[in-house]
Amino acid sequence: MKPQKFMNPYMAGFLLGLVLLGTIYVTGRGLGASGAVKSVTLEVVGKIAPVHAAHTPFIKSYNEEHPGGPLKDWLVFEVIGVIIGAFFSGVISNRVGIKLERGPNITNRTRIIAAIAGGALFGFGSQLGRGCTSGAALSGMAVMSFGGLITMMAIFGSGYAFAYFFRKLWLK
Amino acid sequence: MGPLVPFILSNEFNLIIALIAGIGFGFVLEQAGFSTTKKLVGLFYGYDFTVLKVFFTAGVTAMIGVLLLAHWGLLDLSMIYINPTFLWSALVGGAIMGVGFIVGGFCPGTSVCAAAIGKLDGLAFVFGGGLGVLAFVEMYPALEKIYLAEAWGPVLMNEWLGMSKIAFAVVLTIVAFAAFYLTGMIENRVNGIQPQRAKSKVVIYSSALGLAFLILGMIAFLPDSKSRLESRINKALQKNDFSHVQVPSDKLASEIVSNYYRINIIDVRNPESFKAYHLPFAINIPLEKMNDIQWNKLLDQKHKANYFYADDIQMARKAYLLAGYKGKAENFILTESATDFRKMFTDLVYPGIDAGKNELNIYNFRKKAANDMSSLVEALKNSSQPVIAKTTKIKGGC
Repeated sequence: MKPQKFMNPYMAGFLLGLVLLGTIYVTGRGLGASGAVKSVTLEVVGKIAPVHAAHTPFIKSYNEEHPGGPLKDWLVFEVIGVIIGAFFSGVISNRVGIKLERGPNITNRTRIIAAIAGGALFGFGSQLGRGCTSGAALSGMAVMSFGGLITMMAIFGSGYAFAYFFRKLWLK
Repeated sequence: MGPLVPFILSNEFNLIIALIAGIGFGFVLEQAGFSTTKKLVGLFYGYDFTVLKVFFTAGVTAMIGVLLLAHWGLLDLSMIYINPTFLWSALVGGAIMGVGFIVGGFCPGTSVCAAAIGKLDGLAFVFGGGLGVLAFVEMYPALEKIYLAEAWGPVLMNEWLGMSKIAFAVVLTIVAFAAFYLTGMIENRVNGIQPQRAKSKVVIYSSALGLAFLILGMIAFLPDSKSRLESRINKALQKNDFSHVQVPSDKLASEIVSNYYRINIIDVRNPESFKAYHLPFAINIPLEKMNDIQWNKLLDQKHKANYFYADDIQMARKAYLLAGYKGKAENFILTESATDFRKMFTDLVYPGIDAGKNELNIYNFRKKAANDMSSLVEALKNSSQPVIAKTTKIKGGC
């Protein structure tokens, strides 16, 4: 079966807005994603190198704020939900399957390296900027946060500024 | 009134909410096409603006929704989380994220979606994200300075621009619709498509636009729940007869002495006046704070009667009316002011030996009530403190 077409972007945006609004109404906070990556990373560091974790100031203060362990965190549960929701959506639209997507002019290896490098930059930047596209930009817009909106402008501004240099990764 | 956490739903239950919110989030992101880099990076090369459309629509929808809920008094804006502004880290972090976006083709949320449906590049991006976090954590001591620089606190966009919330919402909505129109034109040009506008689409899009501005207009021009409540209170203040719920100080004092466990005494003045002097057992709920969600339990229970007082009887009456609108508790008003109560009991003056019998009786009653009240306060102060159990060893033998 052929994968189904994507949802109309405005319809998807409206639904996403309602999910965000519901979340704000119930919990008083917005959505996010990068925080969960942080929690999992810190959990792994704590398991692999407990002595090192105990001596790293950032992890120490994080653990003090999370007495139930890094994984007992709102965003970790939310991202587990994201995985479930996305998988469910993929199933009903016939999009599930092991696949590697890349630009037409690069090898699979380049694509994986670029994805890891991009992820690392995003992971680093989201910690410095206190949130990513979801937590800072989207949720920030909903509550009119100045910090969230300037983070958003910085993300997309820099994306456009560097798009030309990385065009070989994506375009013909 | 929202947010429901932590006063209505517990923090533990909040994790279940997180899971549910995440399912909705992931489902919509995947349906929108955010699990494929082709759609995501299209934004930066002009051939596909889906990201902008979804993102902006979601942001504007949620923003208008937040304002509408606040307008109806369903959401307390002072309680919701506002991302604090740290100028430099936000800008530098954002710029780094932008590079990550164009190199990796995802952002964290979308990479998780992609990985969830089996995209290996999505999985690689998530893995990279972990490495990036680790790099930040390890380098934190060196980055701390920029991380904490220019801390502005939870500044709002509209405050920074010096406009009202609703005005900013209108501006952002106009910007969003203009951006949709312009990016549609760019998309068509880059992809070499002749613009064709189906009539049904035009109708749907214009009604969405109309609806957005209708709601914004409603928020801007109709009185909100707070001012409606205020005018209701002001009307009731002029019309109502309070004589049957106003309780004189002497009666309240004997209530305190004999029934302190069955009443709440609520001081609705500001915290400073409360600190300077308050009635025995009184708790302080400043009038303007009465709407706070934390007092709902107190105002909506049937076990204790609430007695409101202030320095100004109108203020106490307002509190009484507000409490009546908010809950089902039995409410009363202290006829005298806090200052009078103090004069009558705490700073009681002996009327003189040649005072009338009646006057002396009152004096004796108040003197006794004042003593009883202060000994009650003293006794309960001790009982509310943790009991320290003394362990005594049994001594015996010879």
